[in-house]
Amino acid sequence: MTTVVNVHETTDSPFALSHLDSLESEAVHIFREVAGEFERPVILFSGGKDSIVMLHLALKAFAPAPVPFTLLHVDTGHNFPEVLAYRDRVVAEHGLRLHVASVQEYIDAGKLRERPDGTRNPLQTVPLTEAIQQHRFDAVFGGGRRDEEKARAKERVFSLRDEFSQWDPRRQRPELWQLYNGRHAPGEHVRVFPLSNWTELDVWQYIAREGIELPEIYFAHEREVFARSGMWLTAGEWGGPKDTETVEKRLIRYRTVGDMSCTGAVDSDATTLDAVIAEIAASRLTERGATRADDKMSEAAMEDRKREGYF
Amino acid sequence: MTNTTDQFAEFADVSATTLLRFATAGSVDDGKSTLVGRLLHDSKSVLTDQLEAVEAASIKRGQEAPDLALLTDGLRAEREQGITIDVAYRYFATARRRFILADTPGHVQYTRNMVTGASTAELAVVLVDARNGVVEQTRRHAAVAALLRVPHVVLAVNKMDLVDYQEPVFAAIAEEFTTYASELGVPEITAIPISALAGDNVVEPSANMDWYGGPTVLEHLETVPVSHDLTACHARFPVQYVIRPQTAEHPDYRGYAGQIAAGAFRVGEQITVLPSGKTSTISGIDALGESVDIAWAPQSVTIRLADDIDISRGDLLAPVGDAPATSQDVEATVCHVADQPLAVGQRVLLKHTTRTVKAIVKEIPSRLTLDDLSQHPNPGQLVANDIGRVVVRTAEPLALDAYADSRRTGSFLLIDPADGTTLAAGMAGESFATTKAVSVVEDVEGWDF
Repeated sequence: MTTVVNVHETTDSPFALSHLDSLESEAVHIFREVAGEFERPVILFSGGKDSIVMLHLALKAFAPAPVPFTLLHVDTGHNFPEVLAYRDRVVAEHGLRLHVASVQEYIDAGKLRERPDGTRNPLQTVPLTEAIQQHRFDAVFGGGRRDEEKARAKERVFSLRDEFSQWDPRRQRPELWQLYNGRHAPGEHVRVFPLSNWTELDVWQYIAREGIELPEIYFAHEREVFARSGMWLTAGEWGGPKDTETVEKRLIRYRTVGDMSCTGAVDSDATTLDAVIAEIAASRLTERGATRADDKMSEAAMEDRKREGYF
Repeated sequence: MTNTTDQFAEFADVSATTLLRFATAGSVDDGKSTLVGRLLHDSKSVLTDQLEAVEAASIKRGQEAPDLALLTDGLRAEREQGITIDVAYRYFATARRRFILADTPGHVQYTRNMVTGASTAELAVVLVDARNGVVEQTRRHAAVAALLRVPHVVLAVNKMDLVDYQEPVFAAIAEEFTTYASELGVPEITAIPISALAGDNVVEPSANMDWYGGPTVLEHLETVPVSHDLTACHARFPVQYVIRPQTAEHPDYRGYAGQIAAGAFRVGEQITVLPSGKTSTISGIDALGESVDIAWAPQSVTIRLADDIDISRGDLLAPVGDAPATSQDVEATVCHVADQPLAVGQRVLLKHTTRTVKAIVKEIPSRLTLDDLSQHPNPGQLVANDIGRVVVRTAEPLALDAYADSRRTGSFLLIDPADGTTLAAGMAGESFATTKAVSVVEDVEGWDF
């Protein structure tokens, strides 16, 4: 399956860039534009592969100086412990500042109510938007990619949000050339998506090329899981498994990292980056289709959440 | 299944692949969604869960067959109305290349969307219905591609199945279009007879048109050259950000970070800083962690200079002897992209590369009608989707190239200072590569005596 077939040479000029170099160059340009034009930018950092790639690009963009941004993690309270450990290790290693907005604290304070299905992903919106207001962040980097979902395919690289963080797809600014318009009124902010033009495969190939370390849950490992809605979920304190669901030990890995209650694992024996890339290249399911319960709620689930302020 | 897997295994090694950004343009019923759907589908870029979602949504709407347009219509309002409102970006790959497709709606009133899609495109696909031939909308699309200086244009003559795959039908349309587009200065035109619905010449060569010896649409997309002869370009480096760590490890490091907009820069080269006019020598180039001797567009790099001179965001580095003139008077063609109009006397902000300056609209000498390329003098204002000539006076000098020489340093935005709205997309200098086809029509009604 991993037979390497001859790649046809289409580079007609010694100055042609590989597709990964083009994407990297574009993303770095976006990071530097934000550093040049905004007062208080922040990178949303979940410890997932997209935010890890964003941080890696930011480190390269400003080297040998430190990254001029702080990080913000919206902690659902149902995160994978391996991912939290990774998050804290990276923050310490690069001397970064991390803000944490906690969904659990909002629930404990009675400001948010647990949903009947136990999914906390949609609950992230309020802590996120309040953290943005409280810290007066004016540019918020997100790892969203346009290939993930059809509403995201309509998203701009610079996405203006009003004082309620709302996205209005019909009032977006046209984005011309590489001239990003970051003008905003006080209280408004701009969501910035440097990985807009990357696909899942690009992200993995870039991780392999750059030798970026990832949390272990991205690689195949034995884990206690149970089946729900056609996905393998990790057993945990968040409300699974129910009485009718049985836990079994399986060889799995995760394609995305998010709230444990709605992020499914896939059966896999891919323990290396090369094996993961081969697996994704052959997969007939999209990343979100394979592993995200929250996107299956309705045809416009993502658009609706984004309108409310989700990233 | 084995075949599919083998085919995808090729994608695992893509170190040598390049990236092509292209845009599609077509009128409402020319079959653009079908073409896009087929490119995505036949290149195996539509995955099972996406197709299932489209099938489920189609059934819910009472449609018998899966409606591939639902793949591309991402917004609730688009699905409800069955039309594409806004530019969307799609991604697909073959073993040879990665593609970013700007899928732009074809309605007349959405000229700004095609301008948006074409602004970053290396290639534009203009769709024509073989039964109708070149129509007004086709000429508009060719004009936008010419105006935006898209290097390659593909004329896809669609629905060949409905004209019995006749060569003369295709040849006549191809000739009419090629003549028109060449007059506008489109440098390269490739005409391909296709049927997006039947799959002729989109991904697979057509058995129905053995008289056609050229490439399929996908083959052409895979092989068209994406980079130009950079040695012939004027080198340009807009300074984005000054990197000064001031750490124990790097006490004296001062680097100018940016993305090379055009051409190439070398260590040892003498440069001029604009607008100040000071000169220095490039002492080092850091390409994202690696020290290099030469770097070229569109690489993001950090340039170090031999002299400590005052340089900040918004300045432009260019080779000594090949620097653009600076000026406070900008003459340009603009496409108006906002709902509020742009009027003579209006105060705006002008964003050019990394520099944003105050400006005032001094004159709007003409408005262009894309249908026949006629110029209507002194319209007084431009409204959404208008294309016109403007004269703008800026508060500070700009190092602006002609858009014909550099799409990156010849383009700019006009922005409303009050609410930040992007008002217009500007291209400095002459509109079209040749002005032969542009006839000036005396628009008597437009004059206000």
